[in-house]
Amino acid sequence: MACEDGRAMEVRLTLNGKPVRVEVDPRERLLDTLRYRLGLTGSKEGCGEGECGACTVLMDGVPANSCLVLTAQCRGRSVRTIESVDAKALGPMLASGATQCGACTPGVVMTALWVKENPGLRDSHTLRELMAGNLCRCTGYDGIIDGLHAWVESDARSGGAA
Amino acid sequence: MKVHAPATVNEACEMLARAAAEGRTLRPLAGGTDLLVHWPSKSAAHEGEYLDLSGVSELRPLVWRDDALVLGALTTYWDVVREARVAAELPLLNAAARQVGAVQIQSRGTWAGNIANASPAADGVPVLMAYDAGVALRSSGGERVVPLSAFYTGYRASVRRPDELITAIEVPIRSRDVAVFHKVGPRRAQAITKIGVAITRLAGSGADRWRIVANSVAPTVVRCREVERLLDSGARITSAGGFMPALQADISPIDDIRSTAAYRRTVMGRLLYHSLLGACSSVV
Amino acid sequence: MLPMHRLEGLAKLTGAERYLDDEPIPGCLWGMTVRSPVSRGRITAVKFDPAIDWSSFIVVDHRDIPGPNETYLIENDQPVLAAGCVRHVHEPVVLIAHEDRRLLRRAVAGVKVEVDPEPPVLDYRVPPRAEQVQRGSDNTIKSLRIAKGDVERALASAARVIEGEYQTGAQEHIYIEPNAMAAWVEGDVVVVRGSMQCPYYVLNALKHALGRDERRVRVIQAPTGGGFGGKEDYPSTLAMHAALLSLKAGGRPVKIVYDRDEDMAATTKRHPSRVRHTTGVDADGRLTAMKIDVLLDGGAYVTLSPVVLSRGIIHACGPYFCPNVLVEGRVVLSNSVPYGAFRGFGAPQTQFACERHMDRVAGAIGMDPVAFRKLNLLRDGQTTATGQTIGGISGGTDRVALLDRALKLGAWEERREEAAAFNLTHPYLRRGVGVSCVWHGAGFTGNGEVYLDSKVQVAGLADGRIEVRAASTEMGQGTSTVFAQIAAAAAGYDAGEIVVATPDTAVVPNSGPTVASRTVMVVGRLIEKACGELKQKLGTRGSGLGVGGLNGDSLRRAIVEWHARNPGREPAATATFEPPPGVKFDDERYVGDAYATYAWGACVAHVEVDLRTCAARVLDFASVQDIGRVINPVLAKGQVQGGVVQAIGWALLEECRFRDGAMVNNQLTNYIIPTADDVPPIEVEFVEVPYAHGGGGAKGVGELPMDGPAPAVLNAIADAMGREVGADPMTIPMTPERLMTLVEAAEGAHGV
Ligand SMILES: Cc1cc2nc3c(=O)[nH]c(=O)nc-3n(C[C@H](O)[C@H](O)[C@H](O)COP(=O)(O)OP(=O)(O)OC[C@H]3O[C@@H](n4cnc5c(N)ncnc54)[C@H](O)[C@@H]3O)c2cc1C
Ligand code: FES
Ligand code: FES
Repeated sequence: MACEDGRAMEVRLTLNGKPVRVEVDPRERLLDTLRYRLGLTGSKEGCGEGECGACTVLMDGVPANSCLVLTAQCRGRSVRTIESVDAKALGPMLASGATQCGACTPGVVMTALWVKENPGLRDSHTLRELMAGNLCRCTGYDGIIDGLHAWVESDARSGGAA
Repeated sequence: MKVHAPATVNEACEMLARAAAEGRTLRPLAGGTDLLVHWPSKSAAHEGEYLDLSGVSELRPLVWRDDALVLGALTTYWDVVREARVAAELPLLNAAARQVGAVQIQSRGTWAGNIANASPAADGVPVLMAYDAGVALRSSGGERVVPLSAFYTGYRASVRRPDELITAIEVPIRSRDVAVFHKVGPRRAQAITKIGVAITRLAGSGADRWRIVANSVAPTVVRCREVERLLDSGARITSAGGFMPALQADISPIDDIRSTAAYRRTVMGRLLYHSLLGACSSVV
Repeated sequence: MLPMHRLEGLAKLTGAERYLDDEPIPGCLWGMTVRSPVSRGRITAVKFDPAIDWSSFIVVDHRDIPGPNETYLIENDQPVLAAGCVRHVHEPVVLIAHEDRRLLRRAVAGVKVEVDPEPPVLDYRVPPRAEQVQRGSDNTIKSLRIAKGDVERALASAARVIEGEYQTGAQEHIYIEPNAMAAWVEGDVVVVRGSMQCPYYVLNALKHALGRDERRVRVIQAPTGGGFGGKEDYPSTLAMHAALLSLKAGGRPVKIVYDRDEDMAATTKRHPSRVRHTTGVDADGRLTAMKIDVLLDGGAYVTLSPVVLSRGIIHACGPYFCPNVLVEGRVVLSNSVPYGAFRGFGAPQTQFACERHMDRVAGAIGMDPVAFRKLNLLRDGQTTATGQTIGGISGGTDRVALLDRALKLGAWEERREEAAAFNLTHPYLRRGVGVSCVWHGAGFTGNGEVYLDSKVQVAGLADGRIEVRAASTEMGQGTSTVFAQIAAAAAGYDAGEIVVATPDTAVVPNSGPTVASRTVMVVGRLIEKACGELKQKLGTRGSGLGVGGLNGDSLRRAIVEWHARNPGREPAATATFEPPPGVKFDDERYVGDAYATYAWGACVAHVEVDLRTCAARVLDFASVQDIGRVINPVLAKGQVQGGVVQAIGWALLEECRFRDGAMVNNQLTNYIIPTADDVPPIEVEFVEVPYAHGGGGAKGVGELPMDGPAPAVLNAIADAMGREVGADPMTIPMTPERLMTLVEAAEGAHGV
């Protein structure tokens, strides 16, 4: 199978739990497809070089920078974006001051969500290590780390229910 | 731009062979964490042809054989971090993987991509080389396994032919009594290495047991053979400076945007000295 | 006041907040900039690649500017688009727009600006040769002087005189949302919407360059993903560029969104500085003379440099009392991208020098750095360098007690002892502690607030809610939330019943720029006043309640009734800034009350240095600050923590590297800011000494956090390295490479 310049190619993937089919330019990054084709503008572009993590989505359940993925590479994969996250779950992050300007925030929340949903990670890694791929220039990270800590704890208290 | 999406290794190799025969450049695309950096402004790269490996399921597994760990070409750093047995048996792979970028990069970046990209700063390469890894290269004409220590021929150059695909990395499991990895970067995560070194010693006795592999201090990742010989010789080394004559022969650091040659040389000496103090009887 | 969550917090957490580039604009073109390839010279030609069909592109150069080709600011010396000559690499020369971003990128690469080079100034510290002079006789942009007492005499009679020279480098803001702006024409009005701190700066720039009055220009702030000063003046440039393209495109919308590398290379940064101290002390360790020479790199145009210099020199003596002071400051032109506003505005630079110097003075006279500071900290009743007596509205803070709290929070004594023991036994790690004391004048300097003449309007809406209209922007620091809290307190409302209007120059009055830590203190106070007036207005209009009696429910009812009686109109009140009584400053002589009041702070850093790599890491950090009344503890703490981490980055990691005047590490891979794993939790406590003339009793919190960390961290490095190794770091960023050079110089390169 091959796809050529200009000619749109079809990509089927699971997006936020639903099967979707998109016609994309083969040169298109997942971030661009999400933002400009599907209107899912929660994922942000802070650098386009994989450093800032503002474009973080979960690919097959693990954080990835959507600025470093071609949509063409997402065939058959499962992608989860910030748009799938329930605001009601985010109380602890709100209360701790995890967001200020908000530009890094959707990416931060996606990584945090992954940490929350995979309790085993905390046995091998510190929260700060796990969040190191999300640059934030506003909070100094305490608001994020404290919020994530509280989020994880709140979960533990309620018996692990998501 | 063309994106080819083979489903099997054979198909991929045929596509590479055809492209090579026709004089076209067809670039394998794995995690994209090197190829797609600053993608929108890389207009020239948009003209290229790519071989998207993501659909080739044969390249995916991480397999334990009796004598080796085999990393399929699509094995990511995160795959290795998650595999508890790696941390136990080949701890430097775990150590290096955990220090690559951050989780977003670890989840996408592949060991094979790291090798093929041929950056002197590659963090996956020193530990693999220190474990005597071999690179399995496949083309439509067949397969060969090249020792990683013989893979690079110069700055960003390797023995891999354009029609060859890295299909796997074989890491022999052997008993080692020293295993150290240091990455010195400008910060603790998301950092390109300024100086790195992986050190192992095969258990047992005799010569040629040391592997000292350094990155970011030469045009390629290098095995520091003079340093290895120095250690084999049993000559007493009482300071970081004791490594300098051997290091001078092995490494050729430069001043660049990330650090200076002088800094790199000095730190390399100190890392060796402090790492080997206690691990090597002649370093005191 | 009750703790309250950030108003737009959930929208941000869920990605629902829409920044400029998140908003699709139908029919929009993308705009990009063709820039100068060299740092100085005459433009000889602009060549367009004949292989490109230019008819489908909108192309703009300086000839398309309807008004003067000037960026309206302090001095209008910066062109909107270079005409004839260029003064820095990346200076905008030509603008291009197209609907296809890929074609646009290729087109930009297809324009060659040919320049006949002239000798540039690439090191501001070296006096220019004749052929490098581009302004006055020696490229000076501005010089300023503060004098008190007789420094020379005091130095001559001092028990000890200690000197030092300190340097700081350029710093990039790295707001995570790069600059973004859109412009279009609606009827006869040029509308601009984008990421910005100061809508009225943008408005003034547009009026000037487009030759329009304010009825034909409208500026709207979009949600702004960080600013830190970087979106203070620069957005005016983007706005003018987008507007010029839109005008040329017949009014079609044009959007300019910078790539990260463009944003880093082409926009303003923190001024590099070199500060020299000559200090006299008496036999007891009291400061008797401080002679300070401040030199700042202004970059290629004046922009805000004179004001940065002003704030820099006023803060140069730190929060100490010294009877004899001479501060001489100069900002000079160079051929780098103009330096601009950045959190702290010159004060972090001069206080880095001062606080590092205080440690070195204490060391030189064999005094403990804490005891030395306690002896010299300003007491109420004493005067600052400008002769301002601290006391009354600027007083009330016990700075010695504040320092003690910081020492306690930072476990100064314990960590100091631990470090001493640790250092004796560890083969290659060394630990140390460092302290700093800082101050930050709140609001505009001197009579600045009077000239600004800020205004705020509050209006009762038909449903009884109250809308706050101000040009002060939310960019993450919490303006909207705190405004709602202040208005709610003044009106007896819940904060949820306050609407904070989007800063839109067609709707909100000019409450001044969102800079200088002035928003809560100055503008917040205006909101209180305006609410008071609204109550009064409605109260005297026969609601049955006496003046001042309206509050909460009764106010809400009065507003609703007013609307019923006056359909199509609204009850509104406007408040205008009035300076607190008795505050006087002489702008010419730099004498008097430089600021009506000050925020005060003290920091303690605990640092570890790896002698193998000379890399320093902050293990613990504590900051105690008096910012007046804390209106929202979570937001205030977040300001401090974010500022501290930004300052730790400045101190240890962040270095702009230039080659031939161009920033070469203009990527986030190579310009290193801290990740979560590079910094420890930042411990924060507040001392609340309310300011009578500040909104809710607040002073400013935005900038003070940036002042103290760098010197505290370097003092800690000096403590860790000092005694044994003898390294005496006086420059930031103190990268491992730099520290190693110092160590080698100190110990004669015999390694460890
Ligand atoms: C933010 C960031 C941080 C990073 N941090 C680090 C770090 O700490 N340490 C480090 O070493 N690297 C780092 N990298 C670089 C990169 O992540 C690694 O080199 C990674 O291993 C590349 O793998 P990939 O699969 O993403 O490669 P790709 O980008 O897909 O490919 C890289 C190169 O390898 C070739 N290639 C890929 N697979 C094959 C194959 N099977 N056969 C033949 N050729 C192949 C491609 O054609 C291309 O030339 C970082 C990158 C980013 C963006
Ligand atoms: S935009 Fe993808 S990592 Fe910054
Ligand atoms: S909240 Fe602004 S960058 Fe993180």
